[in-house]
Amino acid sequence: MKPSGWLELLIAAALVVLAAFVPMFANGYWLSIAVTGMMYIALSTSWALFSGPTHYISLATGAFFGVGGYMVGTMMSDYQLSFWVPLIVAPLVAAALALLIGIATLRLSGVYFVIFTLGLAEMIRNLISWIQNNFLGSRGLYVLTDFRDHHLYWMLLGVAGVIYLLGWIVNRSRIGFALRIIGNDETVARHVGINTATAKVIMFTTTGFFAALVGAIIAPRWSYIEPNQVFSPQLSFLVVIMALLGGAGRLWGPLVGVIPFTIIWEWVGVQFPNQSTLFLGLAFLLIVYVLPNGVVGRIEQLRDRIGEGRS
Amino acid sequence: MIRRKMLGLAAAAVTASGLVFGAAAQAQDVIKLGAIAPKTGPLAGGAVVTQWPNVELWAKQVNARGGLDVGGKKMMIEVIEYDDKTNPGEHIKLAQRLAEQDKVDFVVAPYGTGFNIATAPIYGRYGYPMIAVSAITDKMDELTQRYPNLFFTLGTTTAFVEGVKEILVEQRDAGAIGNEVAMVNVADAFGIELADRARDIFGEAGFELVYDKSYPLGTPDLSPVMKGAKDSGAKAFVAWSYPPDSFGLAEQAIIEDLDVAVYYSAVATSFPAFGAAYGNKINNVLGAGGTNVDDPKVAEYRKAHEELTGKVADYWASANTYAALQILEQAIEGAGTLDRDTVTQYIKDNSFDTVMGSLSFENNVSHTFWSVGQWQDGVFRGVKGSNVDGAVPVRLKDGWAE
Amino acid sequence: MLDILVSGLLLSGTYALVAMGLNLQYGVARIMNLANGEVLVLGALAAFWLYTTSQVSPLLTVVLVAPVSFAGNWLIYRYLLKPLVRRSKSQGALEVDSILATFGMSFIIIGVMVSIEGGFFAYKYLSEPISIIGSTTSLNRLVAFGVAVLIGGGLYLWLNHTRAGVAVRAVSVSTEASGLVGINVPRVSALAFALGGAITAVGGALISTFITLDASIGVVFTMKALIIVIMGGVGEIRGAIVAAAILGLVETAVATLIDPGLTLAAAYLIFVLILLFRPQGLFGRRAL
Repeated sequence: MKPSGWLELLIAAALVVLAAFVPMFANGYWLSIAVTGMMYIALSTSWALFSGPTHYISLATGAFFGVGGYMVGTMMSDYQLSFWVPLIVAPLVAAALALLIGIATLRLSGVYFVIFTLGLAEMIRNLISWIQNNFLGSRGLYVLTDFRDHHLYWMLLGVAGVIYLLGWIVNRSRIGFALRIIGNDETVARHVGINTATAKVIMFTTTGFFAALVGAIIAPRWSYIEPNQVFSPQLSFLVVIMALLGGAGRLWGPLVGVIPFTIIWEWVGVQFPNQSTLFLGLAFLLIVYVLPNGVVGRIEQLRDRIGEGRS
Repeated sequence: MIRRKMLGLAAAAVTASGLVFGAAAQAQDVIKLGAIAPKTGPLAGGAVVTQWPNVELWAKQVNARGGLDVGGKKMMIEVIEYDDKTNPGEHIKLAQRLAEQDKVDFVVAPYGTGFNIATAPIYGRYGYPMIAVSAITDKMDELTQRYPNLFFTLGTTTAFVEGVKEILVEQRDAGAIGNEVAMVNVADAFGIELADRARDIFGEAGFELVYDKSYPLGTPDLSPVMKGAKDSGAKAFVAWSYPPDSFGLAEQAIIEDLDVAVYYSAVATSFPAFGAAYGNKINNVLGAGGTNVDDPKVAEYRKAHEELTGKVADYWASANTYAALQILEQAIEGAGTLDRDTVTQYIKDNSFDTVMGSLSFENNVSHTFWSVGQWQDGVFRGVKGSNVDGAVPVRLKDGWAE
Repeated sequence: MLDILVSGLLLSGTYALVAMGLNLQYGVARIMNLANGEVLVLGALAAFWLYTTSQVSPLLTVVLVAPVSFAGNWLIYRYLLKPLVRRSKSQGALEVDSILATFGMSFIIIGVMVSIEGGFFAYKYLSEPISIIGSTTSLNRLVAFGVAVLIGGGLYLWLNHTRAGVAVRAVSVSTEASGLVGINVPRVSALAFALGGAITAVGGALISTFITLDASIGVVFTMKALIIVIMGGVGEIRGAIVAAAILGLVETAVATLIDPGLTLAAAYLIFVLILLFRPQGLFGRRAL
């Protein structure tokens, strides 16, 4: 094992500890930005566990996230269960769903995989709305709890930390090696005897599990769950975009994508309240042209340059 | 000079963050009013009709009068607005910003049931009175107990269904319709909830739902739905619909020449754009909401709305939204302070003279609202409501000709 | 039964209008254009705005919107997307870049549209009933269907029977090989992207006569277009048309025979099933 691997883990652990103190300093507004940021860090990092090494872009995040939020809504509101029940059940349901999807998509590659996941997410969203309408009925899905932002923040931080640790372990395991080979050339991977199917399915299931967990944790913040809002295709796109912005090739890539993204998003929204969408679009374009390989690319480029300067 | 209780605290926080310039000095001359609602996203189309123009109108009018009289001091209104992009997470974040960074004195309640419930804990924590308009729920008691600063003004889910039921019963007694009703709903939160209530309430009244189907949000072609309703042979059609599909259903009803005596579609039927698009063809169409345009106060309000914002007010929640701002206005002047707890208590204890008539709260809920309206010769008039004057008799739908 | 056929085919026409443009943009120019739906809504806005302010017939707007959108999309490709194509080392890298860039563009277009009209584009045009073989439908849908047939047929003939069309098809098969046989690949790509944009905007103008849109609804159409293009097979105009026909018919059949609440779920189910059995889409070539 390379020492840098342990160093990386040590830095990550230190960051998590530091981040845990944020609610002590940040007031409500900054903390609410931190909650949003942490939600995307968890989602993007878990997305990148699968999509980073394999280059399979999944647009199903919104579906799993929705399962999490929706199950909290329906179990608490219609069945009067405690928040903790769906918090455990929802990720398992989503993982089972992801397992099925993972198996179904084995033959797909490239853009066919991308759009398949999108279509599937839309199918799930429509099915759940239909089931709720015809069989469950509803007087509105309320998630009324006493959680405050710092509770949710710590939960999300914990989830993000676990995802990071898991990613770190996977990177050093056989399965991580297999995923990277799949990303480079899937045919080669198969020829050298790597069980590409198992590796892909396991990781896809993992991302589904975590997306639902995050969705369940966020539900109390939204207080009122509408199926068409919680199964948001926009969320799927945003998670992909933040991860790509950072650079999905490194475990810490999404992290360095989400943080500047959240800050820019907030800044634009406050500066141009009437035209925030327009200016966000401009900011996006600027980023694409200024940072060709994402934030990770730029950081590594700088590191290389410094390295050259020394030698 | 009135000094806010919070001022010392606010000043300290401002120096600490160093982000809000001169807020402390300014706070004594202007009243800052925060408003967050969608300008983009799925709910934007409704918010730019009902919510935003009224905030603009009210602020302009108050400032033209020289501001609000707060304990003998005239204070101008400064509106701070943000676009929540129809995203709950975004809205919550911005609500915190209003309270802590912008340090607004008061807020306009959000647009949409979900958004009102999602922000109630935050605004409650800072003590903002929150006079919700675009929020319809049957959980008002539980919610107002939990959030004592939250007020409701537009009525309950049940009240909306009851309004429609009353019309159905009347027309059945008059022999215009039978027991059969064709009902459709959009498969999203509000539509599902209304349809769910309607199944019980219509059933108890002895109606039979001969067609009862949902359709997904964003259905591009509603013709199968309308053909199905038509084939059911019911003389009454009820749709718990949202803005884009209320238009689509009307279009299909015209095409199919739906032969009914009662036609009802829910949200957005009251929009001026609905009448403008379909003209006389939608004469006698029923919808959620309503208003009494003959009331001089309403007429004056509608005229000012058009002059100052360049838009025609919708025939439902526009007036309620404006009334909510009037309540806030009268409560601030009546309490004579910007102290939010005092203002909140004033809202609970008093009745207010608004465009909707005299309005007061019973356990934080106002029972003055229109539930059903009808397009009658180019105007959408209220036909059913609670504690409102000027309801006109319901007319029967007679074909879809120009 | 007849109702299903007529309504279903007309809906297919709508879907074809939504997807044919993206099919050219993705199949030939290799740009996964997430702003496709916004361009469509832009066409709708033009039709609505011209009709309500100066009573210009949407059919005339269609004629105006096509060249404007062609020029606009050509400029977008030339100045914003070509640099991305040039710097990308692989198709995967280009996909990542074009997702990011066109997502930004979609925001910009929404912002522009909201400042023109933030509410619903509600108007009615040609919403007259018309009876086709005993089934009632509306004239505006029929007109849109007619234009879809014209565009689809025209595209098919152009792609198969003209020099420029064959060059476009060649680029859609392989950019490298086309370059080797002397086809000006960047030029052909720009042409395909611009043409795709023009078709999409025309589709939007027509669709606005029977569906009430608003500035933020573009993403719904982008998703539908992506689904249809992928279902048909990338870069295959026949594929997009057949996929549109399948979706239109399935949705209408399910809505009529089973439950309107399941229309979209059924459409996506069909899509999912087709990809499971034909991972490269209906008419797609097997990826290498």
